[in-house]
Amino acid sequence: MTALVTATDLKRSYEVKQGWLRPPAHLQAVGGVSFALDAGKTLAVVGESGCGKSTLARLVTLIEKPSTGTLMLDGVDAVDPPAGAAKTLRRTVQIVFQNPYGSLNPRKRVGAILEEPLIINTTLSKQERRAQALDMMAKVGLRPEQYGRYPHMFSGGQRQRIAIARALMLRPKLLVADEPVSALDMSVQAQVLNLLADLQRDLGLAYLFISHDLGVVRHIADDVMIMYLGIAVEHGPKERIFARPLHPYTQALLDATPGLGRKRQRIVPKGELPSPLDPPKGCVFSTRCPYVTDLCRTQRPLLRPLDGRLVACHYAERFLDTQAA
Amino acid sequence: MPLLEIKNLSVEFPSQHGMVRAVDGVDIMLERGEVLGIVGESGSGKSVGMLALMGLVPYPGRVRADKLQFEGRDLQTLSERERRALTGKDVAMIFQEPTTSLNPSFTIGYQLAETLHVHEGMDRKAARRRVIELLEQVGIPAPESRLSAYPHQLSGGMNQRVMIAMAIACNPKLLIADEPTTALDVTIQAQILDLLLSLQRDRGMALILITHNMGVVSDTTERVAVMYAGQIMEQRPTQSLFASPQHPYTAALLAARPEASDGGRLATIPGVVPGLSDRPPGCLFGPRCIYATPLADKVRPDLRPWMDGLIRCHYPLGDPTRDERIAADGGSAPIPERETTS
Amino acid sequence: MSAEVLKTPIVSQPGAPPHPLSQFWSDFKANFGAVAGLVVIVVLILLALFADVVAPHSPIVTNNAVFLKPPFWQQGGSTAYPLGTDAIGRDILSRLIYGARLSLLIGIAVVTLSVVTGTVLGLIAGFFRGVIEIVIMRLMDITLTLPSLLLAIVIVAILGPGLMNAMLAVAIVLLPHYVRIARAAVISEVSKDYVVAAKVAGAGRLRLMFKEVLPNCTAPLIVQATLGISTAILDAAALGFLGLGAQPPLPEWGTMLADAREFVLRAWWVVTLPGLAILVTVLAFNLLGDGLRDALDPKLKR
Repeated sequence: MTALVTATDLKRSYEVKQGWLRPPAHLQAVGGVSFALDAGKTLAVVGESGCGKSTLARLVTLIEKPSTGTLMLDGVDAVDPPAGAAKTLRRTVQIVFQNPYGSLNPRKRVGAILEEPLIINTTLSKQERRAQALDMMAKVGLRPEQYGRYPHMFSGGQRQRIAIARALMLRPKLLVADEPVSALDMSVQAQVLNLLADLQRDLGLAYLFISHDLGVVRHIADDVMIMYLGIAVEHGPKERIFARPLHPYTQALLDATPGLGRKRQRIVPKGELPSPLDPPKGCVFSTRCPYVTDLCRTQRPLLRPLDGRLVACHYAERFLDTQAA
Repeated sequence: MPLLEIKNLSVEFPSQHGMVRAVDGVDIMLERGEVLGIVGESGSGKSVGMLALMGLVPYPGRVRADKLQFEGRDLQTLSERERRALTGKDVAMIFQEPTTSLNPSFTIGYQLAETLHVHEGMDRKAARRRVIELLEQVGIPAPESRLSAYPHQLSGGMNQRVMIAMAIACNPKLLIADEPTTALDVTIQAQILDLLLSLQRDRGMALILITHNMGVVSDTTERVAVMYAGQIMEQRPTQSLFASPQHPYTAALLAARPEASDGGRLATIPGVVPGLSDRPPGCLFGPRCIYATPLADKVRPDLRPWMDGLIRCHYPLGDPTRDERIAADGGSAPIPERETTS
Repeated sequence: MSAEVLKTPIVSQPGAPPHPLSQFWSDFKANFGAVAGLVVIVVLILLALFADVVAPHSPIVTNNAVFLKPPFWQQGGSTAYPLGTDAIGRDILSRLIYGARLSLLIGIAVVTLSVVTGTVLGLIAGFFRGVIEIVIMRLMDITLTLPSLLLAIVIVAILGPGLMNAMLAVAIVLLPHYVRIARAAVISEVSKDYVVAAKVAGAGRLRLMFKEVLPNCTAPLIVQATLGISTAILDAAALGFLGLGAQPPLPEWGTMLADAREFVLRAWWVVTLPGLAILVTVLAFNLLGDGLRDALDPKLKR
């Protein structure tokens, strides 16, 4: 059986104008990312700001087209869809955004928000649409009398439920969740994470879960992909990566995440993210890596299989016998 | 004499429903060189309380306290001017958004020198030397070359370092950091927290760290106050609070962290934080508490000494007589988690 | 299965924020000037609607027996013509009341025309960035470089004098303001996630423009439209005064002023009263507009 989502070497670059006379620079937001995701599974994409994880979300959601690379959604070429397939593709993948205050149209009632995808994509009657909207509201834990309310009458967590309900109205197979809980209060985060888990189990959804929070990722993911400056530096099953991170950047992220337990033996990477307009020639992490050598500075390591995951580090073997705390 | 002593601090704002309390009866005691964490969700009043200490509560907010003392001096009786002199020099504060906390139209060198000029009366040359020194201390590489940079030319992490440099410029005895790392990336957050802690250690400065992140609190602070809906619910040494939380709210928060999960369902706290105008009459956490009794719904508990700290709960979790008392007050304890793991 | 999910508990929120409309009204009420402006405008609208009933005389019938009669409180005045008569014996009060009908009609028609056109152009400019946007916005910039009255005069000169042409001219003069406001609002809304979400749901361009984005851009447009009515009334009166707008014997306030020019020294009321009518109306609309802006614009809220 083939995977629900297969991305191969996805790249996306933007032209950045640099004033009048200078030629535009190329910003490689996503620089060749590949992954496969099965139905009912969660792939978490982790990284800091500017690592390209949100661009990846937009590529997979078909908001933007990749510059190069292929993307297969449910067996259909999503970059260059065959005639007549565009509409089905739309319904295969939906998205939930980080900020539930900006992702709901403030001038529309909950019912109208939920029914809009049906109006656009189906020929259902008004009653049928209403019935489906109410059904979905029940699934995400909203009450029927909230059907006619406006978004401003809801708290952040409830709004995120509405946003999730809207994304599921078309019965997608893949849900891209772009930091869905990071704008929520901690006592509400758990509610939404549980809801996502329930929906995945009941509907067989696949999640592409974008996050910067390793605590959340460790809870929800099956596979994890760590991104840095537009490329994946480590990618594999969650258990492997959290138990024994093999890329120095993964180690640094784990160490820096407060409350995860690898306390104070930590390597905090020095300095800041290099400009994506002028990425390092060798390994992308070479400017901040504590173990950097001349080889790292000149030659970019490729993702290679090691210890049950993929890792892009010249010296990954040396971390094999260190154990995470 | 403690460095800071706050008794029964409240901050009120007028609204359509009459006066509403953003901060309600907060007690804080801080020794020199201590690191205190104040943790709470949005709307818990954790920031407003510290703004009140700084005299920065915006109009038309009203601040009241039985005691508001810094180094034994009563801040409430000081004149506006004396208070500003004190808070500018001995108490400093940094905020969540470093980029908007700095004035975008001036270079960081100028803004830092200006602070020194105003508070320390330094001349330009001495100020410049000191600015370079400060920037070095907060870990900004090649400080001379950054003097002429504008805030928008630096990253968020760099700007937060500049803010910290500005805050420590006058050797404050207390630094209040209001969500200093929330807008920053994880690795940068770790750098900034390390920096704050090393400055605190080297200078014997007290540090109040306001945050919503339990992980940050557990990694950085010695003592922590958990706030909910304007009140302190529990205040105890960090280690023992994380090891054995006494307030049901603290316990529920800790259990709801994804870090605490074993891969199954997360424990959740039902409902939402009450707004400013719809606070329950009894215990503020009562409507969401799995142990609430009719008594707790009527009578608001006081903040009282408990174990190695303070707690605001009728039935602390570690109280051996708790089950009987809950039953006696008409509660149906002990109930297991309302939302059971499936 | 839904039972399982429903277990995630829900607690209702009694302290939910008030509806935007009631919030708006309570903000608006607090502004005395705005309420006063609203009252004046309502009175004017009632007068205009019931002019046939309220006005004591016909606005165009002349009466040779009574020309340049002063208002009733002055010597020689009579209550039959409470505000006096003009040079050819028409009742000024009646002309003012009918004039309100014209002025309001001009203001509303002109603003409607330019708001609708301006919003559509602004939406297009905001959605289709690039050449289309550049063409629209530069055209608007050119319009803005000419003094507004001069431009209106030029347009009327080309089209020929008359009330309709004057209204068209004023509408064109006002157009750039609405285009700019609509475009700015559209650009700030388009980047919001709810628009992206609608795109992901498959919404087409037209749906995005009119169903998603436009309803969220209305606040600044309403404010500008209210302020625009007063500008339109003023400009139309100015054109009337210059003889390029409404033609006699239409009781338009600007035209009334023009007719009365030669009597400034002999009969103050012929000039002053239409002038006052214009002043009060314009002031009322400006106050209302300011009040709307304060109540609708969250950035100006205390």
